[in-house]
Amino acid sequence: MACMPETPEHSISREEVAHLADLARIDLSDAELDHLAPQLSVILESIASIQEAAGADVPPTSHALPLTNVYRDDVVRPGLTAEEALSGAPEVERQRFKVPRILGDEQ
Amino acid sequence: MSAERRTAAELAAALAAGETTSVEITQAHLDRIAEVDGAVHAFLHVDAEGALRDAAASDRRRADDSPLGVLDGVPIAVKDVLATRGLPTTCGSRILEGWVPPYDATVVARLRAAGLPILGKTNMDEFAMGSSTEHSAFGPTHNPWDLTRIPGGSGGGSAAAVAAYETPLAVGTDTGGSIRQPGAVTGTVGVKPTYGGVSRYGLVALANSLDQAGPVTRTVLDAALLHEVVGGHDPLDSTSIEQALPSLVDAARQGADGDLAGVRIGVVKELGGEGYQAGVLARFEESVELMTKAGAEVVEVSCPSFVHALATYYLILPAEASSNLARFDAMRYGLRVTPQPADGSAPSAEDVMRVTREAGFGDEVKRRIILGTYALSSGYYDAYYGQAQKVRTLVVRDFGAAFERADVLVSPTAPTTAFRIGEKVDDPLAMYLNDLATIPANLSGVPGISVPSGLADEDGLPVGVQILAPALADDRVYRVGAALESLLAQQWGGRLLDQAPELTGAGA
Amino acid sequence: MSDSLMSYDQALAAFDPALGLEVHVELNTVTKMFCGCPTTFGAAPNTQTCPTCLGLPGSMPVVNAAAVESAIRIGLALNCSIAEWCRFARKNYFYPDMPKNFQTSQYDEPIAYDGWLEVAVPVEGGDVETYRVEIERAHMEEDTGKSTHIGRTGRIHGADYSLVDYNRAGIPLIEIVTKPVLGTGERAPDVARAYVGQLRELLLGLGVSDVRMEQGSLRCDVNLSLAPKGSGTLGTRTETKNVNSLRSVERAARYEVQRHAAVLAQGGRILQETRHWHEDTGITTSGREKSDAEDYRYFPEPDLVPVAPGREWVERLRTELPEPPQERRARLQEAWGFTDLEMRDTVGAGALVLVEQTIAAGATAQAARKWWLGELARRANESETELSELGAAPADVARVQALVDEGTLNDRLARQVLDGLLAGEGTPDEIVAARGLAIVSDEGALGAAVDNAIAANPGVAEKIREGKVAAAGALIGAVMKEMRGQADANRVRELILDRLG
Ligand SMILES: [Mg+2]
Ligand SMILES: [Zn+2]
Repeated sequence: MACMPETPEHSISREEVAHLADLARIDLSDAELDHLAPQLSVILESIASIQEAAGADVPPTSHALPLTNVYRDDVVRPGLTAEEALSGAPEVERQRFKVPRILGDEQ
Repeated sequence: MSAERRTAAELAAALAAGETTSVEITQAHLDRIAEVDGAVHAFLHVDAEGALRDAAASDRRRADDSPLGVLDGVPIAVKDVLATRGLPTTCGSRILEGWVPPYDATVVARLRAAGLPILGKTNMDEFAMGSSTEHSAFGPTHNPWDLTRIPGGSGGGSAAAVAAYETPLAVGTDTGGSIRQPGAVTGTVGVKPTYGGVSRYGLVALANSLDQAGPVTRTVLDAALLHEVVGGHDPLDSTSIEQALPSLVDAARQGADGDLAGVRIGVVKELGGEGYQAGVLARFEESVELMTKAGAEVVEVSCPSFVHALATYYLILPAEASSNLARFDAMRYGLRVTPQPADGSAPSAEDVMRVTREAGFGDEVKRRIILGTYALSSGYYDAYYGQAQKVRTLVVRDFGAAFERADVLVSPTAPTTAFRIGEKVDDPLAMYLNDLATIPANLSGVPGISVPSGLADEDGLPVGVQILAPALADDRVYRVGAALESLLAQQWGGRLLDQAPELTGAGA
Repeated sequence: MSDSLMSYDQALAAFDPALGLEVHVELNTVTKMFCGCPTTFGAAPNTQTCPTCLGLPGSMPVVNAAAVESAIRIGLALNCSIAEWCRFARKNYFYPDMPKNFQTSQYDEPIAYDGWLEVAVPVEGGDVETYRVEIERAHMEEDTGKSTHIGRTGRIHGADYSLVDYNRAGIPLIEIVTKPVLGTGERAPDVARAYVGQLRELLLGLGVSDVRMEQGSLRCDVNLSLAPKGSGTLGTRTETKNVNSLRSVERAARYEVQRHAAVLAQGGRILQETRHWHEDTGITTSGREKSDAEDYRYFPEPDLVPVAPGREWVERLRTELPEPPQERRARLQEAWGFTDLEMRDTVGAGALVLVEQTIAAGATAQAARKWWLGELARRANESETELSELGAAPADVARVQALVDEGTLNDRLARQVLDGLLAGEGTPDEIVAARGLAIVSDEGALGAAVDNAIAANPGVAEKIREGKVAAAGALIGAVMKEMRGQADANRVRELILDRLG
């Protein structure tokens, strides 16, 4: 996946927090931004030790019990009715989820 | 003895013998909830009507001599992180307030298929992020041993409900200790099964590669009975294990004779000592001594990578969680907050997402989403998430080496007894330390149990001992757990919970 | 709003174009990529969903084995290596039509990689030039839901709100990405079109997708950049999204060549961005800027386990592949007795499979070719659709020819039956009956019409009697007119000559 050779600094600025909040779609208040930047820096500092904990030769583990090739057959399984699918929707119109106008283009 | 004081195994036996009915048992527990839950606040939602309806159906099956299983008719509570068709599921978050899932989690479907009436949904830290249940958007749960103290977390609601005799059984989920640590601080039993042993389908994911649902009970045998109901392969969960479980109930019954001859018990050097409360260590050492006397061979094992487990966990968890929680965006379900832009224009979907997520998530959730977004973001992946996955390999290897020398590993479950509500809520790092001893098992997928091991001398609050076994050897935690439980019960002349203060009259 | 363009020839004199094609193919599996919901096109909104494809809290994905098999077959047919071990990843970004706000896709471990497709491009003078298009990767992913934008424009920009239907969410997609295609020069737009056309044919032959561009089961993004001629470098590229017909692939590539050239010639800079293709006006407009800061925060999907296709499985799938397009064409040409030119026209018109299926339904090779490359090609051209999307099934075309051979229809009537077919009026026999199109074989009626024609045209009749048989044409025309075309012209001729000979 994405890679950057040097070890990152274990501190995080207010601007960085604002950028991350933007990526995560959270409208953090100024007070939260002030509060979070130093707090996250402390957490990052405390977890910095793992940089040296494992060398390049150690393979990653994503699941403790390694399974492969788990598939299902291409057979229809009963799903939800439209009513059930829409049951939690904040707004519905013409059997569709009604959402506010979309600004960005699709990917 | 009144119904709510009896264990699930005792209730099941009474039902089988026709001495009582599920409606009577269920009503007794609903009455108890009405009496004490105002003070304990273990439940976010109580479904009296549904539970009694299911209890009546169970009684008809018993009358027809066709019960669905041993626990048919024994009521249960479910942590609010599991989807329940027709019952609100909030995960302790405002963002899901009022959401009623149109489907059942596999665990819930199995409870229903086995005939267990569901009393309601239990309180938890928001999206299971926390170790105290103080991060619930709907207010904290109180420890039945001392209502000013936390019941552990994130599954404090399930543990407190069991400890307060509001339910004989509960389901919890454990990502870094959320079943075992609440068990320890409330004097109850909690089991985290082998990863993949219990289906995660319908469990609202915190950290997918760590989450596991399991039993929350007052006895080891009850936990085994419940584990056998909810466990086993599920084709809807790709990470579910296909191998059949060894008989856990048999293991618990076998262990109850207290004989540990030939069992090799490894004491993990890194899970003790500095940072652990004196009373916690004292009770732990007593338990080890007791097991030695019962024939166990005790060895010390070292798992050097465990010192990095907490850091590893706090990278993997926020990373996975930040992605899991992206779906809460006000479009399809849950909270929608619509801002009114100053220029009078109609708000966009993007605006609504930002404002809703700001309003709907609590501080700890936001903290972890930002941390996880950071750990995954371009340029940092290798240094953080990638590196954490490597350390995980070392943790797995350490367990492998340790289990060559010991059949089970033991440690205190949590470093301290229950602290006061509010004491650590603004100090995330101090809060994270509660899971020091429980996290390694999640990182490596091995099963673990917490069994009450007494009260700490300094505060008179419950302490738990953790027993870990190799992956797929869940039967070992039941056998050794049941043995320790009965050795301690002989010493105390009863269960630890018998020493808990009466809650009667503490109700709303 | 409209950009300035440089003439195509001028542009090619100054710049070398580089192409890149990203094709998304919707597989025709019965169920979705990660859940058991059906994939039927055109169902009522939100009737084909479940907790998983709706992204409900707690739901989990399970991989569809048939989709993996199709992915491997596509990879093999594109001469790719098949991964021994690969994973799904999460591509994280927020968008209302994506239920989980991440797409479950493959990232740096595609199931198929490093392949190629040989593309034959017809050139003027009846020749063919062959280009080898290198395939970077083919990977598995899932489709999104579908939004309808409500407001004055009907487009996303300026909409008041949107309505989302998640029936399409989770349908399996294979994304096929080429390496930069270089050295095509002025043929870049033709190569782009030919590549997509031949990829389409290959997918059709594999039977893995409906590949209907107008329904979106095959979608093409055209990447294009220009570099100064002979520089050997790569310029900044634009990505024109969702170009949904073969003709548009060519037009969009040509347009972007002209637009880039104009910008660059004026000393401007090409913005790395997506572009929207407008079918009606034939232009592209600016979309979303693609910056390097775009951060999808990919990580391996923890709810799925790795895909590790066994080599025996892969090798079995390889042996079961349909024959490669080149070999297949050679075999068919021989069997059908087509000349090189006939074969090239057939392939170029995207009619190979149609002709083959028409022959399989009983028509002769020449008859099948005549209909598809004649009358039907003309209509496709007029309506700017692909032959395969015209609405005429090969079996129906074969039936029309059989009706001609039986003498029920003549060519003129047959064309009317085609009208009926394209209008969706039913089978050829139903159309013949409903429209009353069969040739009148009632000798009495025909004889009367012949007698009338002779009586009405005494001068012509006299010429025929004098031996000027060629003059019979005028009388035949008169009879056909009276019979409203529903007569067999040869029989009319016989009757006239009987009477006047
Ligand atoms: Mg893609
Ligand atoms: Zn579905």
